[in-house]
Amino acid sequence: MIALVDLFSLAAIGAGVFFFFAGTVGLLRFPDSLTRLHALAKADNLGLGLVALGLLPRADTALAALKLIVIWALVLLSGASTAQLIGRALRRGRK
Amino acid sequence: MNEPLLAAAGLIILTVAIGLIRILRGPDDVDRLMAVQLLGTGGIAALLLTAYATGVPGVDDVALGLALLAAFATMAFVNLLETDDDETELGETEP
Repeated sequence: MIALVDLFSLAAIGAGVFFFFAGTVGLLRFPDSLTRLHALAKADNLGLGLVALGLLPRADTALAALKLIVIWALVLLSGASTAQLIGRALRRGRK
Repeated sequence: MNEPLLAAAGLIILTVAIGLIRILRGPDDVDRLMAVQLLGTGGIAALLLTAYATGVPGVDDVALGLALLAAFATMAFVNLLETDDDETELGETEP
């Protein structure tokens, strides 16, 4: 019997993969650089966040779970600041 | 329970590889920069998934390192985006 925990992590990781795919399709299909930036930020934060969420119950020690959260928080912070930098560069007409 | 994790990691890598087409087709350097950032995040997600699937020690530390490096690489390259020819750096950019 697949434990409920495995079901949860499978669902979360599946959603994470879906958001990665949605972000990639957005990156390829969107017409303008700023809209691509929008799609990219979604894939980054949400895709990785859901994958990390799905992996949380599988972490054997609390420290490993904390490391997962730290990795996700780091990517959130760096992704946000990078998106701001790219957006500012685009606003200044630097392609 | 480990096979779906590896399958998800493979899917994410495949998705990011498709996203790299933006580097070939990208009209501007900023789009190439975004594709590289998506590669970084996808790599982190795949590393985390394989870390928990195979149980090899230290792979999630590699993901943590990649999270740092991807952020710094993108920030370093944002400053190298060249300006358009017609606008001056300090002048009014297009609306």
